[in-house]
Amino acid sequence: MAITVLVIARSRNLFGVIVLGGIYSFLMATVLVAMDAVDVAMTEAAVGAGISTVLFLGALYLCKSEEAQPVNKPWLPLLVSLAVGAALVYGTVGLPEFSNPQAPIHTHVVPRYLNDIKTEVDVPNVVTAVLASYRGYDTFGETTVVFTAGAGVVALLRRRRNKSKDRKA
Amino acid sequence: MSLGGHFTYFITIFLMIAGLFIVIARGNLVKKLVGLGIFQTSVYLLYIAPGKLVGGTAPILSEAFTVYSSPLPHVLILTAIVVGVATLALGLALVVRIREAYDSIEEDQILERDNQPGREDAA
Amino acid sequence: MRHDLILRVIAKLLIPFILLFALYVQFHGDFGPGGGFQAGVILAAAVIFYALIYGLADARKVVPEPLVESMMAVGVMIYGGVGVAGLLLGGNFLDYFVLDHDSVHGQHRGIFWVEVGVATTVSGVMLKIFYMFADRGNADDE
Repeated sequence: MAITVLVIARSRNLFGVIVLGGIYSFLMATVLVAMDAVDVAMTEAAVGAGISTVLFLGALYLCKSEEAQPVNKPWLPLLVSLAVGAALVYGTVGLPEFSNPQAPIHTHVVPRYLNDIKTEVDVPNVVTAVLASYRGYDTFGETTVVFTAGAGVVALLRRRRNKSKDRKA
Repeated sequence: MSLGGHFTYFITIFLMIAGLFIVIARGNLVKKLVGLGIFQTSVYLLYIAPGKLVGGTAPILSEAFTVYSSPLPHVLILTAIVVGVATLALGLALVVRIREAYDSIEEDQILERDNQPGREDAA
Repeated sequence: MRHDLILRVIAKLLIPFILLFALYVQFHGDFGPGGGFQAGVILAAAVIFYALIYGLADARKVVPEPLVESMMAVGVMIYGGVGVAGLLLGGNFLDYFVLDHDSVHGQHRGIFWVEVGVATTVSGVMLKIFYMFADRGNADDE
């Protein structure tokens, strides 16, 4: 994945960049499966490698251009990125280690979900049960966000009807 | 503090700064959006990696397993992925409109044309 | 022409399976990975695949624009409807356990309808966005 990202940063052919983005999403989905996140991996593969690539290609077809040569060497952005990275490294050293059962992420709410799902909801897929039932309100908001995005795209890209020629369809 | 236990954070941070670099250092709008996508996926990894327990399994209840990886970050990240693609779609629609209005998707050319006085609105 | 024929034949073979897989992921989301979002995206991907191979006009005949636009809104309304049904039957908004005689069955019913609503909205939005992008390109060529 690191190689993919580096080539994306350096490449100037936009079509290649988009395809590499799709490959990157697919590799990320594989890594997510290794992290036992099967629902998330399926969504990331479908959305990242599928729909995102299709939308990018559609936009690229409408834009029809390549990336221009960068004017000056990007030293300042590189420095800024590395500084942010250093700050993040300093911050994450205090976080719990990989695969530590005592980490806060595994205490508090999660044992309650894992233990009580059988009696309260009786749906084996814990992620679906939490998403649809325990945190159903968040999912409602998310559905509304998706709808708003669709409405926004319609508002941005709607054809004006003052053209006198017929639309092909 | 052992660095070996934190290797997932290092991978995440590398992807994060790579995405950040693409967003701020490259002028092409479509490439910026790809970099933003990379940044978003690194954040997903940041949330999901601490949830994994070695020896555990995916959080689908079954008789054969007792140890499960934490399902809580999966729920949050599922929402985040869908919201991410929604913003990506809106961003691409904006790029298409910008292209039609300014005839370019390079950031510096767009700023140049915007600063010219008396430019008529082509949208 | 030969390449076109191969693509069309393969598309005809694959698209029913993709649609079936989308339905499988939707309804089996309780027992395995899956659920509303994935199913909606896979459904939209199947129709986009059809549009890529057979052309936008044919895809518009199969899935017309008013259907897609109403799918976008109907999904959110189904979700809200489940919530309001919880209100009407005596619980709070989006309470599932009042929906049926038994609390657990109420949860099942609520989760089922909520996932259907989510899948409808997601597939409608993805398809609509694709139609908008493709349509913009068509009109620009004139």
